[in-house]
Amino acid sequence: METMRLNDVTANDLPWKIKYDASRCTMCGSCVATCSFRAILPKVERRRMVFSEGNFPEPKARFSAVPVIRQAKSIRNYCRGCGMCEKVCPNDAIKPERNQDTRHPVITRCLGGDSIKRGGRKNLEGSTRTLDSIRVGRISQMTDPSLDAQRHTFDLLAPFGRILPPKKLPFSPDVDQQLVTNALTPPVNWIYPVIIGDMSIGALSWRMWEGVAMAVAYLNEECGLPVRMCSGEGGVPVRLLKSKYLKYMILQIASGHFGWNRIANAMPHMVEDPAGILIKIGQGAKPGDGGLLQAGKVAEHIQAIRGVPKADLLSPPNHQGLYSIEESVQKMFLSFNSAFKFRVPVAIKVAASATSVSVFNNLVRDPYNIVGGFFLDGIDGGTGAAHEVSLDHTGHPIVSKLRDCYLAAVTQGRQGQIPLWAAGGLGKTGDLAADAFKMIALGANGVFTGKLILQMAGCIGNDMGRCNACNTGLCPAGITTQEPQLAHRLDPEKVAQNIVNYFLAMDQEFKKLLAPIGNSSLPVGRSDALVATDHAVADRLQIQHVC
Amino acid sequence: MCRIGAIKSRNYIHPSMALQLMQSQQKGHDNSGFAMVMQNLGGIFEPYKHLPTLSMACTDAGIKIAEDILHEIGFHRVMQWAPEVNDVPGLDINAMPNYVFETFDYPRNFRNAEQKEKEELLLDTRLKLRAALEPNEEGFAYSFWPDVITLKEIGDPRDIGTYFNLWTANDRFTAKVITAQCRQNTNYDIVRYAAHPFHLQGYTALANGENTFYLKNKEYQQGLHRGYIGFESDSQCFLYTLHYVHRELGWPLHYYKHVVTPLPFDDIEQREDQKQLLGIRQSLAHLEINGPNTIIGLLPDNTMFTCCDAKKLRPVVVGRDEDTVAISSEVCGINEILPDRDWETDIYPNEREVVVISDDLEVQRWKQ
Ligand code: SF4
Ligand code: SF4
Repeated sequence: METMRLNDVTANDLPWKIKYDASRCTMCGSCVATCSFRAILPKVERRRMVFSEGNFPEPKARFSAVPVIRQAKSIRNYCRGCGMCEKVCPNDAIKPERNQDTRHPVITRCLGGDSIKRGGRKNLEGSTRTLDSIRVGRISQMTDPSLDAQRHTFDLLAPFGRILPPKKLPFSPDVDQQLVTNALTPPVNWIYPVIIGDMSIGALSWRMWEGVAMAVAYLNEECGLPVRMCSGEGGVPVRLLKSKYLKYMILQIASGHFGWNRIANAMPHMVEDPAGILIKIGQGAKPGDGGLLQAGKVAEHIQAIRGVPKADLLSPPNHQGLYSIEESVQKMFLSFNSAFKFRVPVAIKVAASATSVSVFNNLVRDPYNIVGGFFLDGIDGGTGAAHEVSLDHTGHPIVSKLRDCYLAAVTQGRQGQIPLWAAGGLGKTGDLAADAFKMIALGANGVFTGKLILQMAGCIGNDMGRCNACNTGLCPAGITTQEPQLAHRLDPEKVAQNIVNYFLAMDQEFKKLLAPIGNSSLPVGRSDALVATDHAVADRLQIQHVC
Repeated sequence: MCRIGAIKSRNYIHPSMALQLMQSQQKGHDNSGFAMVMQNLGGIFEPYKHLPTLSMACTDAGIKIAEDILHEIGFHRVMQWAPEVNDVPGLDINAMPNYVFETFDYPRNFRNAEQKEKEELLLDTRLKLRAALEPNEEGFAYSFWPDVITLKEIGDPRDIGTYFNLWTANDRFTAKVITAQCRQNTNYDIVRYAAHPFHLQGYTALANGENTFYLKNKEYQQGLHRGYIGFESDSQCFLYTLHYVHRELGWPLHYYKHVVTPLPFDDIEQREDQKQLLGIRQSLAHLEINGPNTIIGLLPDNTMFTCCDAKKLRPVVVGRDEDTVAISSEVCGINEILPDRDWETDIYPNEREVVVISDDLEVQRWKQ
């Protein structure tokens, strides 16, 4: 017998254990072929079998070599619980089971000497979600009739762009008592109040990205919903930059400036302006951490779009060379505004933080009225890759922070001048319309969402630690990978169809929420329409407490 | 549902006409009060049109507080009138001890001041009076403005009329424009300041309905102008927006409609003036009203108008004869005071129009 090697990794140390039933397995090999993580492998076992052949019991033992499926016992190729093996097994012979006794967080650090990285979103499950303790509780009845979601028309649009204070509008009446405009005003686009949030073409597989882009085009051109999609950092295919569909894209620039030389080069060939520019300062899922695209995902087309070699691509945690809020406003916004000749609104995205209100105040007080949107990203949002410690232990919830920013604007009489867009775990329960609506009543002009879009496409990751391997480039659903075999698991048309259908359903649900409060346009800041069943939530958000 | 009414005439009319206009719509009353604003005054006030008149209900102490303040600022009283009250037992009225209508001359240092300066002084003075009278409810300063009188009280409108002897017409207490409402503010507390019509610097507004964007309006208006205070009723927001759009921004009246009930984005896109309309919808988004209501408004130049919400969820009708135009929530009110008019010319405004009655009684329908 060998000496027991105490520190060897065993299945019991890993987050998921494979349950395998050899008696049902027909050795078709599907599971092993499917597992993108190589977390299971075929193995031969020596089996002892006792049998008796005569009329009387005459037990004999026979040894034979039997092929079986076994779990890899490694911190590199460990099972993520994605369930793909279970999905493909024709005989229900294999499935992953969550391992309560996992030692993964400890042994990975001990063996790797490096911080743990993963994708997905925060997995710290706590108390009830704030938004779930809030209801739309102000129902129009006798005093003001509610509207009819089917019959009435609704204006479900939100501004992207800087809105001038009324007294700064360059309007004056002419002799016919008509207001005429005598100066330029900042560009503002009125768009659907849900933006498909910034997921880069490096983080997503090209087929996923194509599916999302297709959905956006369809929603705009066939369904009349002006939904916009943000490119994420990392550029856009040149073909799209030169196409008319660019008008549905919000181009993002982050600290790595990836892809921007291509965008700049494509400018003379653009036939449409992009819907906007989003300067990403921070991200809610990993505040203080820059973007991270691991070399495994830097495929050839990514190298081409971004103009980089195959290597880990790290965006610095901040924009080098920007020292202050004022400076970022001046420098970046002015350069983008002038690049697009003041036709394209420029907004900023920051991670929700204890300091968000100060940043917002600085921007809203800027006398040049430059910033065209404040995208506030809270904890609970998703990411393609981050250090687990950032994902799990940094960040700030979005709800109270959004409310604080709105109320800061109210105090200054500047509400609405910099549109507020919120994100961070919205739609986490699958019900984005309700979450978005509540955020809007608390003061958001609109919301943006990323992780939920992945789920529409078929992502099986969840907040309890299932999968979340988006950083590895081995996404079993073909969503966050650049491996051709894996990407081909995903049908872009099906992705587009799911997204379109989800948005159509959500649009209906928005109306179902607007109608009872008697509003035909978005109730931005109508916190009187909300009630909270939790005292602390009610107090903090300044809404009515009910019980 | 509240009922509102307004009468504008070539001749001086007595408030009894306004009471008649409202009385037939009685089912809308709930005895929570009666209020009216008279503008373009006749009778005993006619010679003082250019001088501000203070309309106030108060205690004896309140009179002293107010007079001290006015005196200190330098206002000189030139005329004083108190309605003779008819305090018969059993009337449903929550009367104050004194009702004061006093006309003042401007302080000496303001006599030659610009009109605008005087107007700011009048507002500041009224706000000061209001603040000083507020503790212990010593009084209510409703308006302090040239050629304008405001009367408000809590109780049964019919009894309030009796109390102030308003049922019998005379030619001492008259005006060419009277706006009135016979129910005040049953959604919130019944307080005197909550009764429409509301007045601010020559602008008057009253409304029938619900302002579901009340909180948004209020939060925004609070920071716009020092005169936008109180908010005891969600309908005050209609007045403040009117004042802001017409006076503060200096925009023509028809843009008021674009602010309170903006066109849908699809419609704006079809318009030649889309740039302006979009700019308005954007910058004044927090002044949009989004509930069922009808508004009657009055401008300093005696122009009167009415418009309603974008879904026409509250009724209103405009009727006229040769000398008089009346606006009323229900046609029965107009039938009462203008029985011989040509009914076919009655206007039932739609959700996208503003009916405007100019000072020479021309009735126009403006399409939004
Ligand atoms: S659950 Fe997923 S990761 Fe685990 S063995 Fe099955 S296919 Fe591989
Ligand atoms: S299925 Fe793909 S996108 Fe979803 S968590 Fe797993 S790796 Fe990430």
